[in-house]
Amino acid sequence: MSAQSATLKSKEELIEKWSKPEVITGSEMLLRSLLLEGVECVFGYPGGAVLYIYDAMYGFDDFKHLLTRHEQGAIHAADGYARSTGKVGVCIATSGPGATNLVTGIATAYMDSVPLVVITGNVATSLIGTDAFQEADIVGITMPITKHSYLVRKVEDLPRIIHEAFHIANTGRKGPVLIDIPKDVSAAKGLFKPVTSVQLRGYNPTVQPNRMQVDKMLRAIEQAERPLLLVGGGAIYSGAHEELYEFVTKTQIPVTTTLLGLGAFPSGHELHIGFPGMHGTWTANTAIQNSDLLINIGARFDDRVTGRLDGFAPNAKIVHIDIDPAEIGKNVPTDIPIVGDVKAVLKVANESAKRADKADAWRAQVQQWKAAKPFKYIDSDKELKPQWVISMIHETTGGDAIVTTDVGQHQMWAAQFYPFNKPRSWVTSGGLGTMGFGFPSAIGAQMGNPDRTVVSINGDGGMQMCAQELAVCAINNIPVKVAILNNQVLGMVRQWQELIYDNRYSHIDLAGSPDFVKLAEAYGVKAFRATNKEEARRAWTEALNHPGPAVVEFVVRKEENVYPMVTQGSTIDQMIMGDAE
Amino acid sequence: MNRKHTIAILVNDQPGVLQRVSGLFGRRGFNIESITVGPSEEPGLSRMVIVTTGDDHTLEQIQKQLYKLIDVIKVIDVGSNPMVARELGLIKVSAEPSARPEILGIVETFRAAVVDISPTSLIVQVVGDSEKIEAMIELLKPYGIRELARTGVTALTRGVK
Repeated sequence: MSAQSATLKSKEELIEKWSKPEVITGSEMLLRSLLLEGVECVFGYPGGAVLYIYDAMYGFDDFKHLLTRHEQGAIHAADGYARSTGKVGVCIATSGPGATNLVTGIATAYMDSVPLVVITGNVATSLIGTDAFQEADIVGITMPITKHSYLVRKVEDLPRIIHEAFHIANTGRKGPVLIDIPKDVSAAKGLFKPVTSVQLRGYNPTVQPNRMQVDKMLRAIEQAERPLLLVGGGAIYSGAHEELYEFVTKTQIPVTTTLLGLGAFPSGHELHIGFPGMHGTWTANTAIQNSDLLINIGARFDDRVTGRLDGFAPNAKIVHIDIDPAEIGKNVPTDIPIVGDVKAVLKVANESAKRADKADAWRAQVQQWKAAKPFKYIDSDKELKPQWVISMIHETTGGDAIVTTDVGQHQMWAAQFYPFNKPRSWVTSGGLGTMGFGFPSAIGAQMGNPDRTVVSINGDGGMQMCAQELAVCAINNIPVKVAILNNQVLGMVRQWQELIYDNRYSHIDLAGSPDFVKLAEAYGVKAFRATNKEEARRAWTEALNHPGPAVVEFVVRKEENVYPMVTQGSTIDQMIMGDAE
Repeated sequence: MNRKHTIAILVNDQPGVLQRVSGLFGRRGFNIESITVGPSEEPGLSRMVIVTTGDDHTLEQIQKQLYKLIDVIKVIDVGSNPMVARELGLIKVSAEPSARPEILGIVETFRAAVVDISPTSLIVQVVGDSEKIEAMIELLKPYGIRELARTGVTALTRGVK
């Protein structure tokens, strides 16, 4: 008790110390502003244009700075931190190549609405526009992939800009905000006064819904015979999982959660029917196509979910709840638009939501589909099947880990065979589909959740896109458990080439990749290889029990495909089911 | 279904704001027929007027996407109300002394003005809606148009609003 109040007091004292108006450098203003925003950890990589900022961080330990081995690793780590905690992720890079190395990570966060504050250095203001050494117009380059961006021209503007950036990043439809700080600005001195309010005339996200629209939705539910909820990442980002649970409990409407919505609603719940779309459940896709009322809660009707648009949910009245009005009606014509924060909307809805009474036959039908058509694969005792590996990981982690993935087949298998029951447990690049994301994002997730098991599931392709961050895990003893499903091929591309390009396997062979065990060991990370079930279970258990980071390479069957599959140009009920069906 | 739309956008007068707006049009495949920018009635805010073509769905998306830009304060579909839309054209036309009376006749009919005279050419300034400027250009073409500059449309809704 006394120890606790002592730390609380010291925190308050620190805030008082940080808030004290003083003449300090731009770099010190940056650090103080970050502290006042509650930043605990930043991911970064120094360089010429951020030398003043890094100088201010010398001997500084009020927040942790994690030195990655590539700027891309830093921003994906910040992204994993943000997705798994709900806080703003922060990364720092220098000008020019440092900044451009962030571009993929910024686009990844933008596509999936992840709140980041991205800080880049730039050449001194007097050199901007002269093609100076390591100069790049990063504000211009990233304009299409940031929610907003700033080029700081005067040191006095820094506190306001940083406060605005955090506000913009983490409210409304969340997203990355870039702050570009020229070197002379980070060196210049000015009076630091903490900024605590925001005045942005052009930025007023609608949080509370129009009640009439909510009532329309509730009346539509009463009338519906085949209602369905399509729940997306917005439900997680707004922290609405409890409200969603209450809404489902009251209305008894079946729920499908999109790839980014996994965890918003417990997978084990009777009414949950998995994720929809290209590799989603037969039941979710069939239910969408047969529904007469489709309520989209914080999803954006992405093409991987809808398949062919003109045949999507042909009989459904569409309700769309989204904080971003631009998403409503963008892809799918909407009958009842509801602009607002998902949590706020569901709170209002829950005041008078009633059971969908006309939908008893539908509920029974959906249950029957769900029982008849789970995800299936043909298991083997001769070779390791990737689906079995994922199930084993699920079992050994009690279904309670934070799982990050890269992009490709393993990502889909992880989504299929690792059911989630809690929000913010699933970290995956859905919109941009960024290879190289899986492993560094796990580092960030672990930094934000030191007490949870963090598992990073990767393919042998994507693992090699950011493998250098193994050094960060080893040096800082960040106990991420890395699973590499090694099929020695770019599996998802192979699958498309097999099914759609007549077995013309073009440039997908990854044989001759490094020995992942030796690679991990070279970085000082404990590593195992497994080629059968017994080895797999033993190695994985040992990895989980190891107090530090560990890598397990699972040598899996090359020819395995992800099913079901909706090919491009088909409606989502036209699924290739695979041999197991 | 594709129609011409005139949109006014009030934006913060910030560096890069034109790039934000024009970049948005470009990457989302919205067409820009003309764009004008200048100070508005309020210090610190600029008014952009963009003429674009598209169906109603496109217009709705343009408006919604524009509102997502932090520096965009207001988007007005000027063309949906009675409006005054004007463009200015400067037309440098070949004008040997013998042809001048005819040209001046056209200028007068259009209530345009001659703003520069050289031994062999005139610059005609014409203000009006785009159709008027196009008509003027057509009529001057036979004399030989040497250079042409148009501002693009700027517009306000009529009346008190």
